[in-house]
Amino acid sequence: MTWRANERLSNASPLAHLAGNEFPEGAAEWNDPTGRREFLRVMAASLALAGTAACTRQPLEKIVPYVQQPELVTPGEPLHFATAHLLGGYARGVLVESHEGRPTKIEGNPDHPASLGRTDLFAQAAILDLYDPDRSQSIVYGNQPSSWNDFLRSFAESLSPLLTKKGAGLRILTETVTSPTFLEQMRALGERWPEMRWEQYEPFHRGNEREGILLAFGQALDPIWHFDRADVVVALDADFLCRGSACVRQAYDFAQRRKAALDGREMCRLFIAEPALTNAGAMADERWTVRAGDIADLAEQLLAGLHTPPAEGGWLANAFHALNSARGRGIVIAGAEQPPEVHALVHRLNAKLENVGKTVEYIAPADTASTKPERVLSGLADDLRGGHVELLLVLGGNPCYYAPRELQFSEALSRAPMRVHLAPFRDETSIHCQWHIPEAHFLETWSDARAFDGTASIIQPLIQPLFGGHSLHEIAAILLGDPSPDPYQIVRQSWQRRGLGDSAWRQALRKGVIEGTTSPAKEVTVSSALINSTSSAQLGAGLEIAIRPDPNVLDGRYANNAWLQELPRVFTSLSWDNAILASPALAERMKWKTGDILEIGAGARAVRGPVVIAAGHVDEAVTVHAGYGRTFSGRIGNGVGFSAYDLRGASSGPVFRGVPARKTGDFVELVFTQHHHSTEGRDILRVFSSADAMSEARDFAKKHPAPAPDETLFHPEEFQFSGYAWGMVIDLNSCIGCRTCMVACQAENNIPVVGKEEVARGRDMHWIRVDTYHEGSSEFPRTYFQPVPCMHCENAPCELVCPVGATMTDHEGLNVQVYNRCIGTRYCSNNCPYKVRRFNFLEYTSSKYEEGASRRMMRNPDVTVRTRGVMEKCTYCLQRITRARIRSQIENRKVRDGEIVPACAQACPADAITFGDLHDASSRVARLKAHPFDYSMLAELNTRPRTSYLARLGQSSGEESHA
Amino acid sequence: MPDPVKTSNAAEALGYPGEMIAPGESYASVSEKIGGVILDRRHPRVWWVGFAVGFGGVMMLLLAVTWLFLRGVGIWGVNVPIAWGFAIVNFVWWIGIGHAGTLISAILLLMFQQWRTSINRLAEAMTIFAVACAGLFPLLHLGRPWVFYWLFPYPDTMGLWPQFRSPLVWDVFAVSTYFTVSLIYWYIGMVPDLATLRDRAKHPLVARIYAILCLGWRGSARHWGRYETAYLLLAGLATPLVLSVHSVVSLDFAVAIVPGWHSTIFPPYFVAGAIYSGFAMVLTLILPLRRWYGLENYITERHINNMSNVMLSTGMIVAYGYIMEAFMSWYSGDGFERFMMANRAGGPYAITFWMLILCNILIPQSLWSQKVRRNHLVLWLVAIVINIGMWLERYVIVVTSLTRDFVPSAWGMYGGTKWDYATFWGTVGLFLALMFLFVRFLPMISMAEIRGLIAKEKGAGS
Repeated sequence: MTWRANERLSNASPLAHLAGNEFPEGAAEWNDPTGRREFLRVMAASLALAGTAACTRQPLEKIVPYVQQPELVTPGEPLHFATAHLLGGYARGVLVESHEGRPTKIEGNPDHPASLGRTDLFAQAAILDLYDPDRSQSIVYGNQPSSWNDFLRSFAESLSPLLTKKGAGLRILTETVTSPTFLEQMRALGERWPEMRWEQYEPFHRGNEREGILLAFGQALDPIWHFDRADVVVALDADFLCRGSACVRQAYDFAQRRKAALDGREMCRLFIAEPALTNAGAMADERWTVRAGDIADLAEQLLAGLHTPPAEGGWLANAFHALNSARGRGIVIAGAEQPPEVHALVHRLNAKLENVGKTVEYIAPADTASTKPERVLSGLADDLRGGHVELLLVLGGNPCYYAPRELQFSEALSRAPMRVHLAPFRDETSIHCQWHIPEAHFLETWSDARAFDGTASIIQPLIQPLFGGHSLHEIAAILLGDPSPDPYQIVRQSWQRRGLGDSAWRQALRKGVIEGTTSPAKEVTVSSALINSTSSAQLGAGLEIAIRPDPNVLDGRYANNAWLQELPRVFTSLSWDNAILASPALAERMKWKTGDILEIGAGARAVRGPVVIAAGHVDEAVTVHAGYGRTFSGRIGNGVGFSAYDLRGASSGPVFRGVPARKTGDFVELVFTQHHHSTEGRDILRVFSSADAMSEARDFAKKHPAPAPDETLFHPEEFQFSGYAWGMVIDLNSCIGCRTCMVACQAENNIPVVGKEEVARGRDMHWIRVDTYHEGSSEFPRTYFQPVPCMHCENAPCELVCPVGATMTDHEGLNVQVYNRCIGTRYCSNNCPYKVRRFNFLEYTSSKYEEGASRRMMRNPDVTVRTRGVMEKCTYCLQRITRARIRSQIENRKVRDGEIVPACAQACPADAITFGDLHDASSRVARLKAHPFDYSMLAELNTRPRTSYLARLGQSSGEESHA
Repeated sequence: MPDPVKTSNAAEALGYPGEMIAPGESYASVSEKIGGVILDRRHPRVWWVGFAVGFGGVMMLLLAVTWLFLRGVGIWGVNVPIAWGFAIVNFVWWIGIGHAGTLISAILLLMFQQWRTSINRLAEAMTIFAVACAGLFPLLHLGRPWVFYWLFPYPDTMGLWPQFRSPLVWDVFAVSTYFTVSLIYWYIGMVPDLATLRDRAKHPLVARIYAILCLGWRGSARHWGRYETAYLLLAGLATPLVLSVHSVVSLDFAVAIVPGWHSTIFPPYFVAGAIYSGFAMVLTLILPLRRWYGLENYITERHINNMSNVMLSTGMIVAYGYIMEAFMSWYSGDGFERFMMANRAGGPYAITFWMLILCNILIPQSLWSQKVRRNHLVLWLVAIVINIGMWLERYVIVVTSLTRDFVPSAWGMYGGTKWDYATFWGTVGLFLALMFLFVRFLPMISMAEIRGLIAKEKGAGS
């Protein structure tokens, strides 16, 4: 029909082109008022809008690319710079990791003699100080913020009257300084103003040691102890493993000698006599508790033994005979708090035993500190009161906090017409000075320092001063007439003058040490002068008090470091406090119990503090750790603990007797992280004590075989680990219990600080903990350390109870925790027999201990920051494994043994932690796992842990040797 | 065969406990009395007081939960090593209480125990409310409660799936199934009674509401036929659940390796404990309600006596469980197990253990005495003591075991915070509020089934 044909021809119908198509596009929508597409469109829009409505507004953050790409920087790839961390003024070389200009982690410098690639906990915690929001943020005059220029003007005004007086009235007080540049500056200043006086003071100094050497040799010297060469060490109240600027090196050398046992060779034998347990004491083969004041008698008896050897039996005789039979291979060492006479006796003894030149050498001291530092403060106070001081520069240190109360130092200080304090915090001394200058952190400025053996290092900055700090060198340069000092130029030119050319300078910066600066050993001859012994009789009778630097905050300088405050104190596991340590016997007699507030000392010198009953403490004596009771340290340190400095008299040493102590009746709930120090006879920490430990270990393993791997309900070969199999061995025989691993782990893995209340609830977050166990009597305990990270069980109890599979074993045998899958049932923690899992009970990363914009810059960008409600635990530093794996894949090779070092292993001064691939039979970790000493904790549970331990080798207590 | 409605000969000889229903009750009087509680009578003052207390508890619960969601589970006392505390104790306690209802209605129905008739409705309601309270805790105790649904197997876009080896996943299924079946069972059983209420309601709105709820029940023979079949089928479905739920809950512990948890005796011993606590809670509720609402004619001495007997016997099973647990920990020769038992009885939490023995084993022995069973005040106190004892049992299992497990350095202590207590008492308040609402708006005794009893009695009498 035509009309139809026409219509078809003209294509008039809009649907005509579809007529031939059986299933035209969109046909389903024709009869549907809300089409599928429409529906999807509306749904998509509403979903998108719902999303915006439901979310809280995220803070605006800008990602800005480099306009000019800095040399060497690849975003995501950290750089490492060599510099040095100071302890007691002495350098310990470090390598600092920097992410896009932000320093995030401090490691040891393998080329530095005081580090050998290792650190102590203070170096690890120093990174937190850099970003501490409580550090002073501006120059302060009176109570008002001021400027550098104002300071320069005011300073010039105060200086001008001194110009005519050859500097009389100018006094400079610093802490111990070994910086060659600063010493040079001070020399120049001395030449310019001969009447000016520069003095150094620290509350825990080496004055006695120096004085003792002066007595023994007639000249100022510093001893260099070679623990790696020693077969016998006799330590008299000396914690050579964790005290002093050479402690990392000494701990390493000592641990190497203990590792000899792995090859069946004899270890170094350590005899120690001390009032309270120290890390070295816990490692001793024979330990005897003796009051600090009685050490002098011991030293004399040891020396007397050379003429009339003591009868067999007892600690003294054992120590003497061991020393005597190892002439030239022994060390006798005394602690810094011992009087000069003890040091003199000790050095004489070493000389008589032919140890000098072999296990101990002497060099010229790198610093010029007084041998009688107590006189520095009292002399300064007298001069201040006498009106002899017109301009006082306190460059570092905090004398108003730690000066003895009797001196009334703050009051004396105020007598000086002009007072300037350079310090990182606006502290107890700053508030008594007109000018407070923020001191730059060592990662922020240029300087230099010498190590214990004289080796010099350049301290180079990694970042501009965050809060506009200034350095010691700048103040000195102003005194020398430089109106706009530049720390870099000061240090560079100083070394230029010392003949360090450009390439040598660059080499020094790169390596972290300056070649050829190590002090040569000096020939010494023992003076025959009579040593007036200070026998215990001089100290009198009564309760003895020994004031010691705190193992965590030292003299108080780290009081505002939250990592160190939270870190449990060694042995007591006390967190966020200091205490009066007393022996169980004394406590029983006096009816003291842990937490009782005591008042010790008399009159103006009385302090109140809680008592803690400490195993292994000597009777009739208490030990008090200083560094607490700060009032102007910052948010973290203020009000923590009590100040032990108040106990000291103006001239009394760190040990004195006849101090009254009474119970006040008050009680405080102290916070501990470990409540039980007995293994309850469980095979958790294996100790072999016989001479033939190797066969004892084999016999033990035969008697207590680990269950066969197929003793499981699940398919034992369910998954075959091919490729890498990561594992760890912790050598309990080397571990000195210094807890550096804990801080290193905290720094590496963005582990939050939870605060005292949360620690009290048992919620500390440390991924690795160092357990302390005692055995035997509480007076003469044997003490063992056991670091416990995640065991990375192949047959992990945590895994099968997680309802969402948030924790599982990966293809390389790592027990991984998937934070964003975790819903927080905490079942895994309950089922973990090692209790190494840590839970974010609250939003810890935004707690008051973690706040501050600067703190966010510190975070390791390679590690997730965990939110509230998720479980976390040791990952074996997965980020380091991944980095090494990627690098090896790029280079088309396998990861080399030792290429991956977890943070704990890297920091460990004793080299007690070994990590590597178990499938590589030649790897260090695989060889250690094959050693007879190797065992798995709780192997009977068939968890098949990847972390295993090397047994501790025995120790006999003083009780046995002295009975 | 003796008539199950009549008292047994032995009991008759004692002259106690008598009938299951008072003589003289008629179809009309049942509807009058039981329906009248809802429709006619002004509610006693005690209802208002009780409801107010419950409502206050609900408000406290809301406050506690809000703060919990704002801050995190850190407001509770849980820590490492005691990562489970009050929440799990309360969860197991409430689930246990939730056991009596289904046991009474399903298992006793299948076993032709007709004395269940007067108490099953109330027990079922109690079950549902208790399970609702219990179900709150596993969600609240999560670190990140907003992602609780990850426990369910649902098609996740990332292809993630629950980890079925974990008993917590089994829990999700066990508890949700139990809750669903109990709810349906309770509701189906109530349909004829709702129709009665519809017919008797004077206010048209009330009639309308009950009309909707009773699903158009007309009471025809076909309705009754279908109803009976459905009820029986559901009873058959619910019966295994009574045993499975608490068995699965016990596996939360038994599967773990913690000494004090890792024990094969847990499933039967938990089920017995659950029935024990469930009956204790039924008695705790029914004794006062019976008095306040004058239901002595329907809930007779016979019922109370029977419930006391069930309590006594399940209590003995629980006691056997305790003895076996102690024996096995010694017999195993395992040092950790032996230490666990010694620690329970002599450690820092020994007081809870001995309180538990006192509450769950010693005091309930008084139920051997008829005097105690007949003295309702004493009986009520014994039931409350058992409720406390069962709570302590869970506390001992959950907390004491965790405080001291394998590695002594990691041992810790635990104590609830004010928020723990607020949440616990909050759920008690929720439970009370729901119970009082139930008593107010729904028939607390099955009128239809009571009429059935009367019919049988009449038939037997004629």
